[in-house]
Amino acid sequence: MTFWNDPIRFAADWLRDLLTGWGLAAQMTDILLALLGALLLITFSLVLAIFLVWVERKVVARFQDRLGPNRLGPFGLVQPFADIIKLIIKEDITPAGADKFLYNLAPVLALASVLLLWAILPLASVIYGVDLNVALLYLVAAGALGTLAIIMGGWASNNKYALLGAFRMVATMISYEIPMVVSLLIPAILAGTMSVRGITEAQGNVWFFFLSPLAAVIFLISAVAELGRAPFDLNEAESEIIAGFHIEYSGMKFGLFYAGELLHAFTFGGFAALLFFGGYGGFFGLQNLPAFAWLNNPFVQAPVFMLKALIGYWVIMWIKYTMPRVRIDHMLAFNWKFLTPLALILLMTTAVLDRVLDGSNWYVPGLFLSNLLIAWATVEILRAHGRRQRKAEAARVGTGCAQAGAPTAQQ
Amino acid sequence: MTGAQILFLVCAGLILGSAVMVVTARNLMHAAFWLIAALFGVAVVYAILQAGFMAMIQVVIYIGAIAIMFIFADMLTRRDVRESRAQIGRNWPVAVLLGLLILAGLTALILAQPGVGRVAPALPSGLDPVAALGKALVSPDAYVLPFEVASVLLLSALVGAVYLAFLKKQ
Repeated sequence: MTFWNDPIRFAADWLRDLLTGWGLAAQMTDILLALLGALLLITFSLVLAIFLVWVERKVVARFQDRLGPNRLGPFGLVQPFADIIKLIIKEDITPAGADKFLYNLAPVLALASVLLLWAILPLASVIYGVDLNVALLYLVAAGALGTLAIIMGGWASNNKYALLGAFRMVATMISYEIPMVVSLLIPAILAGTMSVRGITEAQGNVWFFFLSPLAAVIFLISAVAELGRAPFDLNEAESEIIAGFHIEYSGMKFGLFYAGELLHAFTFGGFAALLFFGGYGGFFGLQNLPAFAWLNNPFVQAPVFMLKALIGYWVIMWIKYTMPRVRIDHMLAFNWKFLTPLALILLMTTAVLDRVLDGSNWYVPGLFLSNLLIAWATVEILRAHGRRQRKAEAARVGTGCAQAGAPTAQQ
Repeated sequence: MTGAQILFLVCAGLILGSAVMVVTARNLMHAAFWLIAALFGVAVVYAILQAGFMAMIQVVIYIGAIAIMFIFADMLTRRDVRESRAQIGRNWPVAVLLGLLILAGLTALILAQPGVGRVAPALPSGLDPVAALGKALVSPDAYVLPFEVASVLLLSALVGAVYLAFLKKQ
């Protein structure tokens, strides 16, 4: 084992030898190293969040045909630090009617629920926090803690707008959790495991995107809803409830919500890459050839994973800055009448085909075609439904005019 | 004392302390949040017992669904969530006696079990507990019948809820 094949373990072994050499007990060293690892992971993701502030501002400027931050440093790269200084020196306000403890706990919990996700995100085959065998459930559980943080902040602020925002957010998150869980089950079925490393390894030859493109789309939609980003940003809805659940937060407490949101979006980009686009690996079997063995090196895998995650994040931003906000009844109807049934049908089809076509040459084309068929049927049903609605509307308007007997209508 | 034992004691303290706070908190919302702390402590205990699946399900179901519903119900039921009446009723000596009796009975039952006080053996290295659980839930000679009965029960609850929602609309 050398530094180039397994850098993290190499550094940990070196440090362990050093500490035990100084006379520290072996158990103590293990605990210290575990804490150090967690600290490193959290620091890495928080530093990444600073960078993401710049990325987000630059990309939104691009979508809106502006320049974005361009004064501080090259390409405005120093701008996030100015933002942070501004946030830190702002007055830290706790409203008089607020529930002090819960009010201050909510932003911490909101950021923590995102940082928890980084424990299971493998950057490379040897760089990961922990390889849980229930990783996909862990993803859902961390989302539940995020919901809790938002309702906590919304209630503790003692503000009607904040509470309304929290209600909307919780309604979104609880509804869209169902299609998300179902779309998470599809990679689990295809890979035969819930461990994220297992899912990545199973995509060595074919990305799951090519086996189940619909599942990837459903995951993306429900991820955007879970993030509370446009078009599902009813929880913030500046024009209706001002800023929703974080209306009362100022300074760095708001900063924690903000950093959490950006990091959450990036993390879900990472999970999309991991579940459907091969994660750190998945070079279509190239990595198994002796000439391309260097693709399995962690120093190649980690940048590949970050690039894929950034592309996922970019798609989420693209949706955010393109789509208008949906109304809450549309949002709920879209989930319960469209996305959930679609996800359940897809799950059943995938589960049956995965068994039936197991080992046959038709495995990949069969699954892909079944997805196309379901997508086509969905579009046809939607089109027929839309036509019926338009006809009903036309009939209603037509009879309304005839009854009124307006002379202009008869011309 | 091993690390797992220290962790267990910390968790047990957290669970018991939060549980006491659930029943003594004057503010109903605070009681709900203390309940979440207690449920989270139980999830950590599952994790210490190497039952990762149970720990995750505990968080998803109890914190993600049930506790959130408690909070919603709290907010919808009354305007003021503070309780102003006396918190201890007249029958408290009977309650204390009953509680102590149940505690003594449970302790005696647990101590009578074989294997109390022994360290749990480590899981075999090749075993995937989640896969084993999944197979057990659908295999005919294990738990398929209770599993299906529970599914049917949940389905009927779902259908009933939809039916009730439609009744109200008309």
